[in-house]
Amino acid sequence: MTVDTYSERARDSAPAASPAADRGRRRPRRRWGDRLLFAWTWLIIIWLALPIAVMIIFSFNNPHGRFNFTWVGFTLKWYGPHLLDYPSLTTAMENSLIVAFAATVGSVVLGTLVGLALGKYRFRGLGTANLVQFAAISAPDIVLASSLLAFFVTLRVPLGLPTIIVAHIMFCLSFVAVTVRARVLTLDRSLEEAARDLGAGPWATFRLVTLPLIFPGVLAGALLAFAISIDDFVVTSFVSGSTQTFPLWIWSATRNGLPPQVDVLGTLIFVGGLLIAGGSALFGRRGTR
Amino acid sequence: MKRWRAAVVPYLLILPGGLWLVIFFAIPVIVLISLSTQQGDIVNGFSQTFHFANYANAWDNYHDQFIRSLLYGGIATIMCILLGYPVAYWIAFRGGARKSTYLFLLLLPFFVSFVLRTVSWQYFLSDNGILLGPLKSAGILPENFRILATGTAVVGGLTYNYLPFMVLPIYVALERIDPRLVEAAQDLYATRAAAFRRVVLPLSLPGLFAGVLLTFVPVAADYVNAAILGGTGNTMIGNIIQDEFLTVQDYPTGAALSFMLMAILLIGMFSYARVLGTDEVLEVAAR
Amino acid sequence: MTARYSRRAALQLGGLSAAALTAAACGVQGAAKQQSTAQAESAADKFWKAQKPTGTVTFANWALYIDPDHGTLKDFTAKTGIKVTYNEVIQDDSSFFAKIHPQLASGQSTGYDIMVITDGLEFSELVALGEVIPLDQSMLTNFHKNAGPAYQHRSFDPGNVYSVPWASGSTGIAWNPKYVKTPPTSINDLWNPAYAGHVGMMSDPQEIANFGLFKIGVDPENSTQKEWQAAAAALKQQRSAGIVRQYYDQSYINALSKGDVWITMAWSGDIFQQNLSAGTNLQFIVPKEGGTIWTDNMMIPKYAANPVAAMQLIDWYYQPRMAATLTEAINYITPVPAVQDIIKSDAASAKGSDKATLEAVANSPLVWLSAADYARLKNYVPITSKNRSTFYGIFQPVVAG
Repeated sequence: MTVDTYSERARDSAPAASPAADRGRRRPRRRWGDRLLFAWTWLIIIWLALPIAVMIIFSFNNPHGRFNFTWVGFTLKWYGPHLLDYPSLTTAMENSLIVAFAATVGSVVLGTLVGLALGKYRFRGLGTANLVQFAAISAPDIVLASSLLAFFVTLRVPLGLPTIIVAHIMFCLSFVAVTVRARVLTLDRSLEEAARDLGAGPWATFRLVTLPLIFPGVLAGALLAFAISIDDFVVTSFVSGSTQTFPLWIWSATRNGLPPQVDVLGTLIFVGGLLIAGGSALFGRRGTR
Repeated sequence: MKRWRAAVVPYLLILPGGLWLVIFFAIPVIVLISLSTQQGDIVNGFSQTFHFANYANAWDNYHDQFIRSLLYGGIATIMCILLGYPVAYWIAFRGGARKSTYLFLLLLPFFVSFVLRTVSWQYFLSDNGILLGPLKSAGILPENFRILATGTAVVGGLTYNYLPFMVLPIYVALERIDPRLVEAAQDLYATRAAAFRRVVLPLSLPGLFAGVLLTFVPVAADYVNAAILGGTGNTMIGNIIQDEFLTVQDYPTGAALSFMLMAILLIGMFSYARVLGTDEVLEVAAR
Repeated sequence: MTARYSRRAALQLGGLSAAALTAAACGVQGAAKQQSTAQAESAADKFWKAQKPTGTVTFANWALYIDPDHGTLKDFTAKTGIKVTYNEVIQDDSSFFAKIHPQLASGQSTGYDIMVITDGLEFSELVALGEVIPLDQSMLTNFHKNAGPAYQHRSFDPGNVYSVPWASGSTGIAWNPKYVKTPPTSINDLWNPAYAGHVGMMSDPQEIANFGLFKIGVDPENSTQKEWQAAAAALKQQRSAGIVRQYYDQSYINALSKGDVWITMAWSGDIFQQNLSAGTNLQFIVPKEGGTIWTDNMMIPKYAANPVAAMQLIDWYYQPRMAATLTEAINYITPVPAVQDIIKSDAASAKGSDKATLEAVANSPLVWLSAADYARLKNYVPITSKNRSTFYGIFQPVVAG
């Protein structure tokens, strides 16, 4: 708006080279280019959402047996008690939620502390610490997974829920740390100094000033950790032993046919995630005001 | 006294998290490296014999898969750039008040399990499924035609699953560009294309590099897409590593392959990071 | 300056040497070996005397291996009060073994009380490692009464110390008549370039080795290492010519039903069940060069929490009525000969499509093998832990490469 008039004014006041022809030539091309980009963006968004649509649609399908790949008929029955028809699927879903909650709590506690340290202080070893965080985030899943399996097997640690939780805390930690660090970097130091000037001890300062200020970062880190944990497949498949989580169950079920219950659970998680994200966006907006 | 306490605080804060990473990240990697030179089998146990020939054998048997993984990784990354850059550009410059909504829509797939998304594509692209079935009945495609079990399907799946990892960093970099810079270029009689090429593109390069980093590494190491969408000629090194650890239980070979993969990718990554500084990449990654 | 550098250098050196020492010291221990038979027997007696009955049992099995509505399990619960948790977690022996072996080796329970393992490498390894509990012979009353003589004396588990059969079956060729116009008869049909990109092969090295050996005309039970290499070469040629679409575990049935795969290696009963449940029209034959015959066996893993309940469930399936219900549903070879007559009388009293199905099962050549069939069907290549790595080294790259 201001941008356009600025350039128009500049063009009008510029000498020579047919401003009228320029104006005529530029405006249609700009709209054409913009429209193309707009269409392209929506095309990509639709492409990204296509499997979600397939999943939601097939959660209402009524197939014979387990092979849910051709449309047979519409039904709502999978959203009722039939959802629990596969006890191993229900157990897998429970395991996923347990792991996600435990991993979120663990990684938020550990990661927030690390993020604070990396963002607020300058100390020897800061470079190494940053490097380790970077390596932990960008190391390929399969390397993390195979090294953890080698580690657990060498130490004869039994594989199961505890090893899954430990692994999840490990890779979620760095994500939380980086998120909190980004938030901490934007903190106004003078607020904490003011608190200290008013006689608050370091713990009180942390609890009453720092924590509320970095809370959006901690929350974002927690949501990120939860999302990463509940969707993790590669690392979990290596260190889980006979325990199954939701993504693992889906993987093994693809061998024998994916029953509609999987689509239903996927849809429910999807809708749940939408609600949480929408809610936190609203909460965030109100919070800054 | 206070100064000493203050100096110790950052170390105390880092201690629990750092220790966790050392125990469950650094040490396992060392164990992995150690395992890669061992010999034996799962039933009788493995023992350290410094058998570096494991690496040579692994490379002999599976260099095809290594090269294929890097190739698929490269193609998928380039596809992500081609598909994602215009999206990032449009949201950053023309998104207006709805920027966050568009970003949210881009991240929508992540609310569905990664495996489920890829399996949905397998159903969708099935030889006689929703897409290909009608086309074949209508005679547009030959009976023999297929998308699944080809390299195209695997690269397509990889591009699909990792596109947001490319779009977001580019968006972040583009969003920071002052639109008046583009203005100034146009005032100096640059065409839109020239303004883009000489102002916007160079300023977005850090975001582009970060995107490449965040995309190429996980893509090259992926195995789920190849397993679900690929066929016999499309196995990636990740599939081999998974097989060696979880089916054949030849831990030393799997460890050697894992380490080689990590080394190749890490060297590439650290060269990139050196170019633009870890700080910026971390910051962009945090968004 | 110098002081700081040398301190940092010292720390780094210290860290690196610690890492190197750890690296050198690490090793994955092997599992303990089994004791002698006499010791094993008395240990087993002591073990079973100390066991008490429990109220639950967890059964790990393959998919498509039980009556779909679990009627036989429900009858068991009604009769004994023991609750059964049935998990279809096994897709092939090697990946299942890969999952349970590390757990058992580190002293952890797998969570399963009964598991079904094919007579092959993994079976012998589990026995050699002592990771399965010898069965309580005194509780196998139905087995001793009703099992066929062939199943009471088997070479790979003499005396049924560790296992009793669940079902037996054959590996052959399945195809979809919609896409394969001439019915296949020979193993070469799997190498037919006309089906390029639509042929399925199995990913289990033992299965695929047999078919490779059939292709070059060799009996797997008496094959040499040189013949293995020739077989692997034939299989590799099949792959590099683009004929094989994918190497499948039990998921070939999925791909075949969808039409992604037109012709594939398959297990006999799966095809029958798929036709019944999904209304497909898939066909199955044993190629004239030969097919593979295998037996899946119930075993009790070490550290099982409910061994007594497991024994009860194991013996339950040797009642002719239960075995008959099972066979009618899964169409695999049963170890109880009396079943054939039961199925015939069920067929006589049934009506409509049920009648046709039961008659098909009662007379199915895949379930009731003739002497000629037995001659054509071969077991897996006999592998021991000595030639294991050679065998895997030859056939794993075919599948994984």
